[in-house]
Amino acid sequence: MERRTIFPGWTLPALLLLPQLVISFIFFYWPAAQAIWSSLTREDPFGLSAQFVGLENFADLFADPLYVATIWRTLFFCAAVAALSLGIALLLASFADREIRARGFYRTMLIWPYAIASAMAAVLWILLLHPQIGMLGRALVRAGLNWDYQLNGAQALLMVIIASAWKQISYNFIFLLAGLQSIPKTVIEAARMDGAKGFHRFRTIILPLLMPTVYFLVVVNLVYAAFDAFGTIWALTQGGPGKSTETLVVKVYRDGVVNLDLGSSAAQSVVLMAGVILLTALQFRFLGKKTTS
Amino acid sequence: MKRRTLLAGAAAIAAAPAPAFAQAAGPTKILLWHALGGANGDVINAQVKRFNTSQSAVEVTAIFKGSYADTMTASIAAFRAGQPPHIAQVFEVGTGTMLAAGGAVKQAWQLFKETGLKLDPNAYIAGVRGYYSLPNGALASMPYNSSTAIMWYNKDAFEKAGLDPEKPPATWAEVEKAAATLAAKKPTPIAATSSWLPWIQLEQYAAIHNLSYASHGDGYDSLAAELLINKPAFVKQVQRLLTMSKDGSFKYTGRDTAPDAIFYSGQAAIGFGSSAGRADIVKNAKFKFAEALLPFDPAVNPHPINSIIGGASFWTMTAKGRTAAEYKAVAAFYQFIATPAEAATYSQQTGYVPVTTAGYALSQSQGYYKQNPGADLPVQQLGRGKLTANSRGLRLGRLLEIRNIIYEELEKAFQGQQSAQKAMDLSVSRGNAVLRAFQKSVHT
Repeated sequence: MERRTIFPGWTLPALLLLPQLVISFIFFYWPAAQAIWSSLTREDPFGLSAQFVGLENFADLFADPLYVATIWRTLFFCAAVAALSLGIALLLASFADREIRARGFYRTMLIWPYAIASAMAAVLWILLLHPQIGMLGRALVRAGLNWDYQLNGAQALLMVIIASAWKQISYNFIFLLAGLQSIPKTVIEAARMDGAKGFHRFRTIILPLLMPTVYFLVVVNLVYAAFDAFGTIWALTQGGPGKSTETLVVKVYRDGVVNLDLGSSAAQSVVLMAGVILLTALQFRFLGKKTTS
Repeated sequence: MKRRTLLAGAAAIAAAPAPAFAQAAGPTKILLWHALGGANGDVINAQVKRFNTSQSAVEVTAIFKGSYADTMTASIAAFRAGQPPHIAQVFEVGTGTMLAAGGAVKQAWQLFKETGLKLDPNAYIAGVRGYYSLPNGALASMPYNSSTAIMWYNKDAFEKAGLDPEKPPATWAEVEKAAATLAAKKPTPIAATSSWLPWIQLEQYAAIHNLSYASHGDGYDSLAAELLINKPAFVKQVQRLLTMSKDGSFKYTGRDTAPDAIFYSGQAAIGFGSSAGRADIVKNAKFKFAEALLPFDPAVNPHPINSIIGGASFWTMTAKGRTAAEYKAVAAFYQFIATPAEAATYSQQTGYVPVTTAGYALSQSQGYYKQNPGADLPVQQLGRGKLTANSRGLRLGRLLEIRNIIYEELEKAFQGQQSAQKAMDLSVSRGNAVLRAFQKSVHT
């Protein structure tokens, strides 16, 4: 069933669309065009002289093995964050979906971390995990583990993955819980009567019905890890030690805002923009299929 | 989400435009952007207030803009948007970039020449003057807050380990020995650590040993400068830190100021850091502490000379339609902060060194150094020996980026992933690439 409103003429619909178009233009098309233009130039920080260099900034980027390594690191980071936060959120949501005492309390507590700014969350993680001043960090050192995320790249990466994933669990939890609750009870009852139990019932009945939500969340989580996790990473490690926690957006920030290398930073932004466009296209393809079938 | 990808493109909008200053009757209004938060922010606000009440022609408004990097980026973005502050506080590593800013800034000597006001560059202590001067001795920016690197040590820990707390190690060999004793006796969990590794263990090391950090007079003479920090003397220094780290007598505890807290919380017995950390240490340390001169290596140079500064200076920004009266007002403010009383007060309240010799003399005659023994040590270290082409400071574009590269390579070396030589070779090749990119960007 489709509902369609037929407007007489085109002025009224155009006027109604105008605010959204203006916002899109000011906040997306115009800066995007500027970023693309900057990515093709070499400029001094003050903008006193700019030179058109074609694709040189892009060529320099992809010729740099450190940048290519950062791309792979970002992909790994995003996948790990999405998998960890979705996995834990799914577990918590399936527990919270049951009839248990003080359910409202658990749900509120689980949603809480989402309200914490990422820089604040990072400070909390430092106070926990710092090898000299953190409670947990000192305990790890005392336990004989050589815990030192300031010097050990693998540990640092693990820490930013955990900190970033933790932040996103709440968001995933809300959506998954809503998804679980929208599954008709009759379907589950029928499965129970047919003898489907526990994990088997979850895997064959609940999970497939939950899939549209999961697909949506995978995309949201990947984008979250690629962009929003910046605050956490910057506050925790600033991309170090070495380059072991540097993701693409950390490098965009460092090159653009700290190092004032606008051409290269703009080129990196354009690469990221292409990534997001690709991801969004995939999302529409998958989601479109899954939700209409 | 997509908007976040456009950091660079949005930079111009992101910078909050400075309020437009109407040329109405009343005092000339001057806007100053700075990066001094916390206690130091209160100090600059009080100083600006003293200036505003001392006369009625000029009114300065000081605004805190975040970190040094934030302040510099905001000032540059505001310049591009046509509304820069009159005065921007820029950290010393930004000096090379600001010097290449051409017409975007009015250098201090030029400002004073045009406005007819007087400022004598020789009033400044050598280490400060050298960093902010052109090769001909003219001041490019206005010195404000300057510190230098020193070695803090925990006297209680020295005593517990059986070391003489009144006789800090003076050479690197003595530091190694003391650190080994500290590591064995364990009065503190960590024997020695260092803040600002590239600045203290390489840049300062080069200055006091009279070694070239980069070619072309550390970049003073040409934008074509190349790093020289993979030479044997530097590799020896890095190797020493790596060996000490392996033996457990030195610990890398993070970038920039992160290790400061390790020292003043009593976790480390020796902490290399900025002399401007004094206020924090006095406030937090629950042990007897003292400062010592940076150790030197007699095999590299038996007669160490002056160390270089850190901190920041004031740059005068230009804009279309900015009037002669405004520039004159800026110069008047500069004259005010250069007075001996202001230099002395500022130094005593913050822990930075007095930037003028008269300010230092005034602090002395006020008995400040008698009440705070050791507080004059950074000044002495900055004035030690004769200033050379290697101890003026560094004049390298995008030096902040180069420091980050050095951090990255050293961190890999501390993890045992590469040798000292490899770390310094990579620092040089990656750093030189940055220098060439900078050179191209300002020469087009």
